[in-house]
Amino acid sequence: MGMPVSICIVGGRSAERAIEAVYDLFEAVDARFSTYKPTSEVSRINDGLPKREWSDEMRTVLALCERTKRETNGYFDVYYQGKLDPSGLVKGWAIRRAAQLLETRGHRNFYLDVGGDIEVHGHNVDGEPWRVGIRNPFNRDEIIKVLALSDKGIATSGAYIRGDHIYNPLVPGAVPRSIASVTVIGPDAYDADRFATAAYVMGMKGPGFVESRPGLEAYVVGQDGMATMTSNFKDYVA
Amino acid sequence: MKKVVLSVLVATAFLLYSIHQRNEGSGAVVLPPTAQANGSNSMMQQGTTSGNSGQMQQSTGTGHMSGYRDGTYTGSVEDAFYGNVQVQATIQGGKIVQVTFLDHPQDNPTSRAINAQAMPYLQQEAISTQNSQVNIITGATDTSLAFIQSLTTALSHAN
Repeated sequence: MGMPVSICIVGGRSAERAIEAVYDLFEAVDARFSTYKPTSEVSRINDGLPKREWSDEMRTVLALCERTKRETNGYFDVYYQGKLDPSGLVKGWAIRRAAQLLETRGHRNFYLDVGGDIEVHGHNVDGEPWRVGIRNPFNRDEIIKVLALSDKGIATSGAYIRGDHIYNPLVPGAVPRSIASVTVIGPDAYDADRFATAAYVMGMKGPGFVESRPGLEAYVVGQDGMATMTSNFKDYVA
Repeated sequence: MKKVVLSVLVATAFLLYSIHQRNEGSGAVVLPPTAQANGSNSMMQQGTTSGNSGQMQQSTGTGHMSGYRDGTYTGSVEDAFYGNVQVQATIQGGKIVQVTFLDHPQDNPTSRAINAQAMPYLQQEAISTQNSQVNIITGATDTSLAFIQSLTTALSHAN
């Protein structure tokens, strides 16, 4: 995935071994699903690997992508200009799997953060819900919201900002849009990630979509510096 | 009917509230470097045109030496979740200075009903910097995959 991974486990035994197991899982997912590694299965599929040679794990993920596409009226689409790119879902899916792995090892209080997509369980070292900040899409050094979360996934989708220019590295010639970032809170990182991706693509229709899905809340920041939030989002504000 | 009137009232209240927030001028309000001082508030604003074709229109326009040609360009109508979406891009000095969504959520009874129910619950606020401690931070590291087709067609005509 080529992005920072941060894991924090509060208490519990054998935390170091559990963390190693999580890193192994992320490396295996990256080796298969990376769009940057020429040897990954995704890259080989884009180079014409026949369907009968696709792995079971790839089929599972693509089935989830297909389901997400239906659930979002086609807004979530892993095929862009004919190329497969499931990264709008794989990160959250991998985080959820890692969280399940930690749970089966008896850990109850932890967070997993892969490049800003997060799943939190239990409580932090102070015995309180995890305090999760939402980054200002216009200034990386600032936080514009603080949430108190437990047993939730949270993910943010948005565009890179470099000085005055906003660009989308995946889409050549992309231009500024009306939405700066979309943060979605869901039951786990998988739902948060895929629906944050879809809501970002939906633009101003994103908040309405998230509002219509039970168990999801959103905080959508517009390019004008105004944020739109769904009706129960405030319940999570610290 | 009562519900519709109520919805309109609530929507108006939000619009006024957000304009009020915008004009407060408190130091906490964070605006992007490219922020436009437009008074429109797209969540609560209904579409003003009745376009239902994929046709392009150029409203105004003058030539420019580089980049896009100056003017206001309207993109094609694209199917969105609750109805159609259409965007308008304004080019000044060869650069995009504003992108406005021209929504059309009133096309059928279903979208009207969803709109009346969902939209009033969506609250708005100006973002402001928080100083309290956090354990973790969520933020975008990569972008989403797709791209609004309507904007693409709008800009293709500005080239």
